Amino acid sequence: MKQIDELSPEQKVKFYQKGTFTVGNRLVDQANRTVQASMARSNAITSGHRACQGCGEALGARYALDTAMRATGGNMIAANATGCLEVFTTPYPETSWQMPWMHSLFGNAPAVASGMQAAMKAKGRDTRIIAQGGDGGTVDIGFGCLSGMFERNDDVLYICYDNEAYMNTGVQRSGATPGGARTATTMPVGEQYPGNVFGTGKNLPRIAMAHNIPYVATASVAYLQDLEAKVERAMQIHGARYIHVYVPCPLGWGCASHETINLARLVVETGFFPLFEAEHGRVVRTRPIRSRVPIEEYLRPQRRFAHLFKTESGKAAIAKLQAMCDHNIAEFDLLREEEETGR
Amino acid sequence: MLKQLEGSHAVAEAIALCRPEVICAYPISPQTHIVEHCGELVREGKMGRCEYMNVESEFAALSACIGSSACGARTYTATASQGLLYMAEAVYNASGLGLPIVMTIANRAIGAPINIWNDHTDSMSMRDAGWIQLFAETNQEALDLHIQAFKIAERLSQPVMVCMDGFILTHAYERVDMPTQEQVDQFLPPLQPRQVLDPSNPYSIGAMVGPEAFTEVRYLAHDKQMQALDVIPEIAAEFRDIFGRDSGGLIREYRTKGAETIVVTLGSVAGTIKDTVDEMRDAGEKIGVVTIGSFRPFPGAALRAALQGAKRVVVVEKSFALGFGGVVANNIMMSMQGTGIHVHTVVAGLGGRPITIPSLHRLFATAVRDELEDVHFLDLRWDIVKAEIARQRAQIASGPVAESILRNIQSDTAGQSASQGVRA
Ligand SMILES: Cc1ncc(C[n+]2csc(CCOP(=O)(O)OP(=O)(O)O)c2C)c(N)n1
Ligand code: SF4
Repeated sequence: MKQIDELSPEQKVKFYQKGTFTVGNRLVDQANRTVQASMARSNAITSGHRACQGCGEALGARYALDTAMRATGGNMIAANATGCLEVFTTPYPETSWQMPWMHSLFGNAPAVASGMQAAMKAKGRDTRIIAQGGDGGTVDIGFGCLSGMFERNDDVLYICYDNEAYMNTGVQRSGATPGGARTATTMPVGEQYPGNVFGTGKNLPRIAMAHNIPYVATASVAYLQDLEAKVERAMQIHGARYIHVYVPCPLGWGCASHETINLARLVVETGFFPLFEAEHGRVVRTRPIRSRVPIEEYLRPQRRFAHLFKTESGKAAIAKLQAMCDHNIAEFDLLREEEETGR
Repeated sequence: MLKQLEGSHAVAEAIALCRPEVICAYPISPQTHIVEHCGELVREGKMGRCEYMNVESEFAALSACIGSSACGARTYTATASQGLLYMAEAVYNASGLGLPIVMTIANRAIGAPINIWNDHTDSMSMRDAGWIQLFAETNQEALDLHIQAFKIAERLSQPVMVCMDGFILTHAYERVDMPTQEQVDQFLPPLQPRQVLDPSNPYSIGAMVGPEAFTEVRYLAHDKQMQALDVIPEIAAEFRDIFGRDSGGLIREYRTKGAETIVVTLGSVAGTIKDTVDEMRDAGEKIGVVTIGSFRPFPGAALRAALQGAKRVVVVEKSFALGFGGVVANNIMMSMQGTGIHVHTVVAGLGGRPITIPSLHRLFATAVRDELEDVHFLDLRWDIVKAEIARQRAQIASGPVAESILRNIQSDTAGQSASQGVRA
């Protein structure tokens, strides 16, 4: 097995220094710099893949897997569900993956990963297994396999890249699409229900917690050090682990490519997507909100919500979304003073 | 060593001798006893470090097999019927990825109407999925074929299904000759995977392939099946050298010398057919039997050679392509094109309907007299079918067909329960 230091020079490619607003680390002390700031970065996904400009999923996957590579000394294998990440990284005969990687189907990444960890156990190897999928592959079609993987407490880290719809097939609704959002299958037409209907929601981090697995976390690509810390933490633990990463999709959401990080930050600052960690079914850490932002600020830059600002029922939908934020803020005590997270 | 064992247990013990590293289990009749006994053997420590996974569905079972096989572990699972259909997407995927997984199919009908008894509809539905499909005639052969299956799968890097008739074989206690561990170890070396997920030499498996290469990829998968036409007999010969008995291979001929009528079949019904043919041969009838051991790849050339002297071929099969005809017979017709030999389709034994010697006698006698129609349904109750068709024409409202049929069957015994809930 190759350690990172032994990786070929091509794999240690360039720094991704883009100044302080994106992933810059120069102003941060050494200990808090991201994996990307190190020359020894493992570069799990090479550049040159075919993701859209500003793709949050590409960013999230690169940080998550580079961190996991570092945490495991490169001794890991990834299973991938069908979806944007799979398609934009592997147009045959090219591949962006610098580690052993496998795609089988849309709905089976957790089960494929379960099989991988069983093989490793049987062979007495310590190679670690990661599975990844979009929100559709995770909360919808792969849900049964994921729950089975959790229930058996298989030694797999599952990472869901949540861009709130089926992006790879042209932006259709998934079980993670928020109420009111326009998608290709929830058009903002008709009187009563503009955009996606409000159900009771499908909160997969909560469902994961209900399986009492050792570790569940939520993360957002606006807080990359936080994402890295969570992946690192997850890789210290054995058993079933789940990280739900919020990854804006400029194409599907109808926002500018440079809005990715901003939206990923606003969704947290509004309280719409609380960042927390849970162990064995209990929340152990949350990230407080620094400056609370009303939900409109998050919704406004996105065309998928534009219709909500035009009608009365749309305004009611916005109020509903705000109420969900308020609920989260109260439930997770997100406005408290003290910082509880390490980074 | 000779043992008196249930077919399922014989298979599970054969699997244990093959030293699998991962077994995925999900129950469905009539496959359940196989995975149950595998679990027992793993628990008893008779399978070394083998990981036994209880999964939440057949789809997950084969998906987990895909993951473990891609990591270079010798991998096994078993299913039947609805379970095989439920894993269909992964069935195609496993072969497309070239993973040497071995899976038992305890053949069973597919609903609706739900029916747990034996026929071959399930594995026939996967005939084009790129798996090698072997059919067992007896429990001894089922046991032997599993040992060969791992070797075939691993030599070709392609998955193999071993099909054995549900209940008829899986639940029957028969005497089997269980090989020793030394024999199996000598025959079956440890898996040397052709492609493996390994951090020291990273590969991407399962990339997206566009129109510029997809046809070539599919052709290469077909070519592997064609290679199997050589590999299967080779491995059957290697098996004979070590275990001292004939088992497996592409086809088997029985009393075909000088036969004018040749019955072609597959699976356990071959035994009943051979008995019937024996009686007819003794009575001077020129009749023989060919059993298909490998349905995929289809042994077209071997069949052509075996059938070329015949005047007529009668295919007895437990599968039926609705709206078309016999699945196996159609494959044989393709292979016999240009020979002028007439191929009859006989659909028999669907959903566990017994195939009896008297019925076969009548059938073959009709065939010999050249009075058999092209597509024949053995022991079909025409009275019931015709009555039901007439009823459907006369009425618009209708319950499920099966319920009306049951009502018709039971009308003479005054049974009422089956007809309840049916709008007459
Ligand atoms: C069984 C099956 N149904 C549908 C599809 C088509 N399909 C491929 S990817 C995809 C959506 C992926 O969405 P998501 O998981 O959210 O990932 P994203 O592309 O958004 O990253 C769909 C519907 C498929 N490949 N397999
Ligand atoms: S459609 Fe969205 S998720 Fe897919 S590559 Fe483009 S930005 Fe990324």
